[in-house]
Amino acid sequence: MNLPLTIKETQEGLKSKKFSAVELVDTYLDKIKKYNDEFKIFLTITEEVAYKKAKEIDNSDLTLPLFGVVGSYKDIFLTKGIRTTAGSKILENFIPPYSATIIKKLENAGVISIGKLNCDAFAHGSSGENSDFGTTLNPWNKEYTAGGSSSGSGAVLSSNMSLISIGTDTCGSIRLPANYGYLVSLKPTYGVISRYGVIAMASSLDTVGPLAHTVPDVETVFNVIKGKDYLDATVTEKSINNKDSKFKIGIPKEFFVGGLSKEIEKNISEVIKIYKKEHVEFVDVSLPSTKYAISVYYIIQPAEVSSNLSRFDGIRYGGLRDTFGEEAKRRIMLGSYVLSAGFYDAYYEKAMKVRTIIKNEVDEIFTKVDALIAPVAPTPAFKLGEKTNDPLSMYLTDIYAATANLSGIPAIAIPSGFSDKKLPLGFQLMAPRFGEDILFKLGKIFEIATDYKPKVAF
Amino acid sequence: MIHLMTRLTKKEVLHVAELSNLKLSESEVKKFLPQLSKIIEYVSQLSEVDTKETKSTSQTMGLTNVYRENSGDSGETLTQEEVFSNTDEYNGFFKVPAILEGRTNK
Repeated sequence: MNLPLTIKETQEGLKSKKFSAVELVDTYLDKIKKYNDEFKIFLTITEEVAYKKAKEIDNSDLTLPLFGVVGSYKDIFLTKGIRTTAGSKILENFIPPYSATIIKKLENAGVISIGKLNCDAFAHGSSGENSDFGTTLNPWNKEYTAGGSSSGSGAVLSSNMSLISIGTDTCGSIRLPANYGYLVSLKPTYGVISRYGVIAMASSLDTVGPLAHTVPDVETVFNVIKGKDYLDATVTEKSINNKDSKFKIGIPKEFFVGGLSKEIEKNISEVIKIYKKEHVEFVDVSLPSTKYAISVYYIIQPAEVSSNLSRFDGIRYGGLRDTFGEEAKRRIMLGSYVLSAGFYDAYYEKAMKVRTIIKNEVDEIFTKVDALIAPVAPTPAFKLGEKTNDPLSMYLTDIYAATANLSGIPAIAIPSGFSDKKLPLGFQLMAPRFGEDILFKLGKIFEIATDYKPKVAF
Repeated sequence: MIHLMTRLTKKEVLHVAELSNLKLSESEVKKFLPQLSKIIEYVSQLSEVDTKETKSTSQTMGLTNVYRENSGDSGETLTQEEVFSNTDEYNGFFKVPAILEGRTNK
């Protein structure tokens, strides 16, 4: 059977008995079995769980919001009774005794869970190459990175091994794999989706978000997983939406200078033209302090990483600390350094203050515009191995991602074409805190105007 | 004002490793020293930003002291069996490495 690429097609097919949920699972599993060894997308395949749920769906009245949707999750979400590794050998044999809130919400909404996805160990990375279980290859071209850290969450959709996936974004880790995979993804407002049962990386920055093939599908999944959870005290429930038309988008000049590939620049200027035809207004804006975003991020994030990973003592769960991979060690060391006596004020405290400046600039801009447009990354997907020996050049991949995480605002990544080398291109839109609705509306305007059709590599 | 030493020394790397509870091999020290120096050097650009009047941000939502209702059972309590399911236990206790000298058994 031909696998559908949207939730709507999937559910219509099930309702009209064109195919059953069990047949869907058969088809996805065939694909996974054929390609997974080579592309290293799944770390654990949950065949039994999937068939059990598929049978339930086939015998149900097909009313749940996500019935029949086959989903997969970055292996950083705890799944009761199913191994969860965070992509690290230190958790190679860890079987969680409870599940993350978002997993429960998805399964209660009718999602068929098919497996756990590869990622950079502890979500540290932009290319998937920091996974202790091998590097995920990009289905569009296996010499290139699938993007990280949610490498499997992107590749699983561009290879059509599940319909939706979930990742985490601390500084681009959802948006980058979506961008390198011709996919839509949402990095939500900080604190609108529960992080209970998510292995923590940097707690003041971590967010959970969906990846799918279309804006409406990302929106549907977002609506299922968002919302209050008394097990996560950082969750707030709020949404802002002031309009349905007359949108004004800011073009931050700092995001379109030096280092940005010409191909991406050209692609985004075409995107802007398309929006203008749809009566969306554009204005030039300036965010002068965003040039410090990566520096602020690479102080605050390792500081929080060193604290979060200190819980790995080999006593309650997991292996000993020497099982940490190289990148985890590097970040723990950096964090300990910027927090240590004599350096705390000059680095950590300073970074938290510059974070305030960046956040204030962003808040100020949103009194004038509804959204901001920016590249997702400086280049299309880069070749595997290209940045592995130079951590700083790898960190700079996230230069356009950091602003959203540091200021807690939502951002959506949307596909908008292919490069000369046939690699996916895309752009991101950012909105004020709790402005997901604005992003979905703008995303749909673009999809409708371009008669967008989802594409998979194979 | 603290003068920022952007070139790390081997002694500093070993000190930070100790603070981090990490035992580094000689080759790791050799690899990390220039890499960490380069990153520290890059992030030191923040020293040029004037923050004299700026307060620090650690929580972008401005949330403070969020409480839930004080009910007895959250429904998420783990059994003792579940708590020990990923480790070795002894008589209902976690086994930890010995910290006193003269005793080598756990």
